[in-house]
Amino acid sequence: MQLQDMYQEIILDHYRNPHHKGLRDPFDAQVYHVNPTCGDEVTLRVALKNVDGEAVVDDVSFEPLGCSISQASASVMTDLVIGKPVGEAMKIGDAFLDLMQSKGQLEPDEDVLEDAVAFAGVSKYPARIKCALLGWMAWKDATAQALSHSDSSSDGGQA
Amino acid sequence: MTDTVSSAVETPYDVEAIRKDFPVLARTVRNDKPLVYLDSGATSQHPTVVLDAERDYYERHNAAAHRGTHLLGEEATEIYEGTRAKVAAFLGAASPDEVVFTKSATEGINLVAFGLAWSLKPGDEILISEIEHHANLVPWQQLALRTGATLKWFRELPDGRIDVDPSLVTERTKIVAVTGQSNVTGVIPPLREIGDLAHAAGALFLVDGAQLVPHHPVNVQDLGADFLAFSGHKMLGPLGLGVLYGKYAALDALPPFLTGGSMIEVVRMEETTFLPPPAKFEPGVPPVAQAAGLGAAVDYLTELGMDKVAAHEEALTAHALAALGEIDGVRILGPLTTENRGGTVAFEVEGVHAHDVGQVLDELGIAIRTGHHCAWPLHRTLGCQASNRASFYLYNTHAEVDALADGIRYTKKFFRV
Repeated sequence: MQLQDMYQEIILDHYRNPHHKGLRDPFDAQVYHVNPTCGDEVTLRVALKNVDGEAVVDDVSFEPLGCSISQASASVMTDLVIGKPVGEAMKIGDAFLDLMQSKGQLEPDEDVLEDAVAFAGVSKYPARIKCALLGWMAWKDATAQALSHSDSSSDGGQA
Repeated sequence: MTDTVSSAVETPYDVEAIRKDFPVLARTVRNDKPLVYLDSGATSQHPTVVLDAERDYYERHNAAAHRGTHLLGEEATEIYEGTRAKVAAFLGAASPDEVVFTKSATEGINLVAFGLAWSLKPGDEILISEIEHHANLVPWQQLALRTGATLKWFRELPDGRIDVDPSLVTERTKIVAVTGQSNVTGVIPPLREIGDLAHAAGALFLVDGAQLVPHHPVNVQDLGADFLAFSGHKMLGPLGLGVLYGKYAALDALPPFLTGGSMIEVVRMEETTFLPPPAKFEPGVPPVAQAAGLGAAVDYLTELGMDKVAAHEEALTAHALAALGEIDGVRILGPLTTENRGGTVAFEVEGVHAHDVGQVLDELGIAIRTGHHCAWPLHRTLGCQASNRASFYLYNTHAEVDALADGIRYTKKFFRV
């Protein structure tokens, strides 16, 4: 039975007790993403802070409607990115994307991906990859929006 | 609807013999489990006779129908037009000229919607229902946006049925378009009643027959619809070929949808005149291989008898409603009896998202559909984000219904709910 490959205990734990769930203030950008093939939805907020001139992920909060894989993946993602500089967090996101596109052929780096290595089994199921990526894509989008807000507001300040 | 098919010799329905006609049903899937295919509402499987008909066409007759002065072209034309006649007889149409080949039910509905775009004005009304598949919703919504017409809809009741409110049909209503059978809840609306309301107001009446025609005897004279759209691949036929039945006068009144070769009478640089229906709606080299397959599918269904197919599916549905209904935490969407209800059974499992249910069932070899099944508004109204759907066809067995129920119990155990 390969089910346990996909539904590792770590994933089911995050699904039953998601971290950073529930929308919180303050935030710099909010996005709503759906997976149109199945209707999974997530509303996600990002708050950034400036630490010595570098954008750092201050908070990520989300309200999901979706399957165990999409909810658990979003929960793991928040653990991975909160507190990290945006550039470093994006690199983790890229590593996760690589893992998801690997069709089960990639040995994930646990130092980089931590709990997210549990999703390696998901990459063998094409229909579920989008579930695992929903939260990540929403976070990337929200972060890009938050960065462009801060750019335009600093431009505005200089003008 | 009455039975259009009568078989001279009463033969018992032998599902095991029928299954032998479908090669794919003999294969195993994940973990060497036998395939339990409960997703025919999405697309059906194909009997050998359909596959043979397509292969025979390509091996012996392949040519562009309706053109060319050679034998193969004549044979291709005969096969293509032969299937048109078979479909017309299958539906009880007045003439084969009332059968337009499209690529899908979706295209058939769009053909009508785009045709009406020329005549609809602000203030005109389009009436659909809240339980529609997106294919019979989005084209009308977009038509309304394009023309300034108003989109109205019959509401969905808590049991998934349509609240047929006659006050929604007015003298401004130009078309009423409803599903023949919900692809989620299996609900069969009172089509005759809705059609009579439409016609009394002078409106056209279109039925989305994608889930109706493959599963029930349908006679278009009794149905009273001006248009009936359906897909071949949900009724044992090949992918990529659909049918739009239309009363001849209704088809004749519509302008063409897709234009090009084969559908014209005279072409000048300034203007073009068009052939009469059905050719008016069929530009390009026709899909004869698919038509050969669909013709074989119609023969297969006719030989089985659509009344028997419907009775077999009704028995499976009754079994499924009972077997799933007794599992704690399973909520069936839609009617809990087989009255005016077809063989698709959508359900939720409390505490387990549909995707996860589908994944576990897949591991057991059971293929179902999960998600919103292209009927998002229907799900919203039922307070459901995503559901599971088992849909039955003529080759499914009672043992497969039991396997589904056992699979749901296993899923609950796996997720500890």
